[in-house]
Amino acid sequence: MNTPIRRLSVLIACLFTALLVASTIVQFAQAKSLGAMSTNKRTLLDSYSRERGSIIVGGQAVAKSVPVEDQYRFLRSYPQGELYAQLTGFYSYSVGAPYGLEHASDDLLSGDADTLFVRRMTDLITGRKTSGATVELTIDPKAQAAADKALGDSKGAVVALDPKTGAILAMVSHPTYDPNPLSSHDLSKAAKAWQSLSTDKGKAYLNRAISGVYPPGSTFKVVTAAAALEDGIATDENSTVPGPAELNLPLTSTNLPNENGQACGPGDETTLIHALEISCNTAFGSLGLELGGEKLRAQAAKFGFGDSLQVPMRVATSSVPADLNAPQAAQAAIGQYDVRTTPLQMAMVAAGIANGGRVMTPYLIQSVRSANLDIIESTPDPVELSQAVSEQTARTLTKMMVSVVQNGSGARAQIDGVEVAGKTGTAQHDPDKPPHAWFISFAPATDPKVAVAVVVEDGGVTGSEVGGGRVAAPIAREVMEAVLSR
Amino acid sequence: MTTTVEPLTPRTRRGAELLLLLLAIAIVMLAWVTTDLNRNGTVPANIIPVAGGFTVLALGVHLVLRWKAAYADPVLLPITTVLNGLGLVMIHRLDLAGGKLGADGDAYRQIIWTTLAVALAVAVLFVLRDHRLLRRYTFVTMAIGFVLLLLPLVPGVGRTINGSQIWISIGPMNFQPGEFAKIALAVFFAGYLVQTRDVLSLAGKKVLGFTFPRGRDLGPILVAWVLALLVLVFQKDLGSALLFFGLFVAMLYVATERVSWIAIGLLLFAAAVAFALSAFTHFQKRVDLWLDPFSQDNLERSNQLANGLWGMASGGLTGTGLGAGRPYLTSFAESDFIFPSLGEELGLFGAVAIIVLYLLFCERGIRTALGVRDGFGKLLAIGLSFSVAFQLFIVIGGVTRVIPLTGLTTPFMSLGGSSLLANWVIMALLLRISDQARRPMPEMPVGVAADEPAPAELTQVVKLP
Repeated sequence: MNTPIRRLSVLIACLFTALLVASTIVQFAQAKSLGAMSTNKRTLLDSYSRERGSIIVGGQAVAKSVPVEDQYRFLRSYPQGELYAQLTGFYSYSVGAPYGLEHASDDLLSGDADTLFVRRMTDLITGRKTSGATVELTIDPKAQAAADKALGDSKGAVVALDPKTGAILAMVSHPTYDPNPLSSHDLSKAAKAWQSLSTDKGKAYLNRAISGVYPPGSTFKVVTAAAALEDGIATDENSTVPGPAELNLPLTSTNLPNENGQACGPGDETTLIHALEISCNTAFGSLGLELGGEKLRAQAAKFGFGDSLQVPMRVATSSVPADLNAPQAAQAAIGQYDVRTTPLQMAMVAAGIANGGRVMTPYLIQSVRSANLDIIESTPDPVELSQAVSEQTARTLTKMMVSVVQNGSGARAQIDGVEVAGKTGTAQHDPDKPPHAWFISFAPATDPKVAVAVVVEDGGVTGSEVGGGRVAAPIAREVMEAVLSR
Repeated sequence: MTTTVEPLTPRTRRGAELLLLLLAIAIVMLAWVTTDLNRNGTVPANIIPVAGGFTVLALGVHLVLRWKAAYADPVLLPITTVLNGLGLVMIHRLDLAGGKLGADGDAYRQIIWTTLAVALAVAVLFVLRDHRLLRRYTFVTMAIGFVLLLLPLVPGVGRTINGSQIWISIGPMNFQPGEFAKIALAVFFAGYLVQTRDVLSLAGKKVLGFTFPRGRDLGPILVAWVLALLVLVFQKDLGSALLFFGLFVAMLYVATERVSWIAIGLLLFAAAVAFALSAFTHFQKRVDLWLDPFSQDNLERSNQLANGLWGMASGGLTGTGLGAGRPYLTSFAESDFIFPSLGEELGLFGAVAIIVLYLLFCERGIRTALGVRDGFGKLLAIGLSFSVAFQLFIVIGGVTRVIPLTGLTTPFMSLGGSSLLANWVIMALLLRISDQARRPMPEMPVGVAADEPAPAELTQVVKLP
């Protein structure tokens, strides 16, 4: 009987092997995906009972976990809630962390990131409670506060970058909200807060700086000018460009007029620099005609249009439509016809020009520290996204943008003793509403420390180019001053 | 070249058993203390009596073995001890989570059952001097097995708990007689098959290279099949039906060495399962739950399987640590789902260790079956070992989604008296058989002392022609 006993024992070995394999699949191979299931109550309880890492700005926590005596053990609190709400997002028992860094850096803050593996192992061996990593931001608190104050009650967004590194120095989006009630352990209070936030007409939950896409209006003329200079249509700022009161567009009966109905210079001609100063539609429209849609699109792409960035929050993709015909290219050249951009993207345009044509990849996280403040990862050397224009072109564009602030539509961005470069924009988006007011700028022009993009929704005056200069430029100035005075 | 053949001096290995036993006790006590440290930050107040009692029980069996079965397998008792102990620790841990303290706790009842189970195992070792004595009761055990199996169907005695009618009530106690039926039937199958194996294995026609049995020899397997069907239909217990029928087919195969019996058995069982699936929504739901435990509908129906899997997943490789996980979120965490509970807190490493302990237990049983010299002992040892392995496969396979979930207890670990008592008896029987297997061949008796009754085995050797 020993032969069948041996054969039967092979079967028994197979049964046990099946159990070992199944356990390994559940506890190792599928452990992550099982843990990530939204219906898994353990994961939810787990994340709430663990000390989540803080989010730090300028040495101060803007999001932190405070020990409390209830079943969740830690209460997430946001000391300067409204100022940083769109950056931090919130962390709620009922809806999780749908927005901001709480969402995008969840694995770091919770301590589950792969980079924290070694740490979790030592925690396990030493019996220390695993806690999340602390995330330190690149935000300059003075610039952030200045942007918040300057934007005031207007809807819109402000982004400030360090042109040389891509570090995000300020990121403000209005309207904003208080994340604290959303993370309350009083679940009915949290549910009510979520109900009112998620149905908010002003979309306060939206971080307009990276998730809002707007027509860039005349600020896009900087990109058109860059394309013209790179292409050789214009050689320098004094190149002559057409500037009639109204530009005849091929293929269509509609023409492209200047807002004031006048020519931009004598003999329907002007220089490139003057065209930018007064934001001459027909001059840039005709450059657009001459360049064609693809060259415009290619130049925009070099500044980052079409890229999907994560800072680490996901940035909405800015875009110039493909396959533009001639009249569409003329419209696109002045920032209309379905050209869409985030405020961050326009800040990158300004920063790229400021930095000798080199666009740096924007980032928000300066360093990640473990609970006892050892640095786990600090952002590596700044990463160049692309060389958008040559240094020569960048110098020419800077000259032109300085002139816009000194002699043109951007006068309100002037700062005493500092050379500021900028460009206004007033973007139509709805015939029944006032246009969006835009301003992009950087300073000091010779050794740039900060680049800013400001958009104020419905902040312009219909039929006038003054909106960007009057409404948005002063906001940019406040932010630049805040950065330069540190 | 010459080799000298040393006469093999058989060793009892009781010293090794003692060392392993102390290790087992140490593991269990460490686990018990860790649980309380993780939960309350204190060493449990009752650690001295618990540790003392547990040690006395385990060492008690060890001493009985030294005395009554000196050549018994040295690994079975330590494995049983550590498994039973870890089960106790998990039940105690769930008590702490549920606020059931002291005499209200499940662990308290389980400790009493453990004590009774150890006592019963010792009694078996004392009363049953030779496993071959059981052969005399082949048909008695058959009757006992059938009665036990069908007892839950008797009105007034049987009780339906959680959808399966596999319980009986005696006074205030609920009992799962199926656990004992398993042993009785293993004894019966061994006794019956050792008598009829020649007929069952030799007679028959050859078809397609397989020798198929004659029609009239199909009787026993059909009886077993009908019995399994009764269990399946009336007790709604797929797990037990599968276990009994699987046990019978496995033993039939070992007795006859004929693969055709396995083929016939599989066909019959497949037919039964197909019938059950088409006839009872109860089984359809189980299969549905097995295929997709995480769908919204199935989670509303029963989140037990999903919860167990989530628990194991949350344990990961190293586990949350005893007392630091959330096994209490799963219903029946202390019985059917004790394996996921342990997997959650001890991690994949702990879960694998537990499965390997069971594997070793079965391996020792198989080794015993190979080593023992009589056919009845071989069949009984392999039958008992197979029943433990198969039961473990059905229950752990169920909670890890290898097969649909059917309720069976995890041997030695699950909360429940009947299961503990029955499995300790299985261990005692394996110890008894292994004692025979490892004992040195008796010298041919020159003469039997007049004042000593001849041991059974000596008498038999003399009687052989």
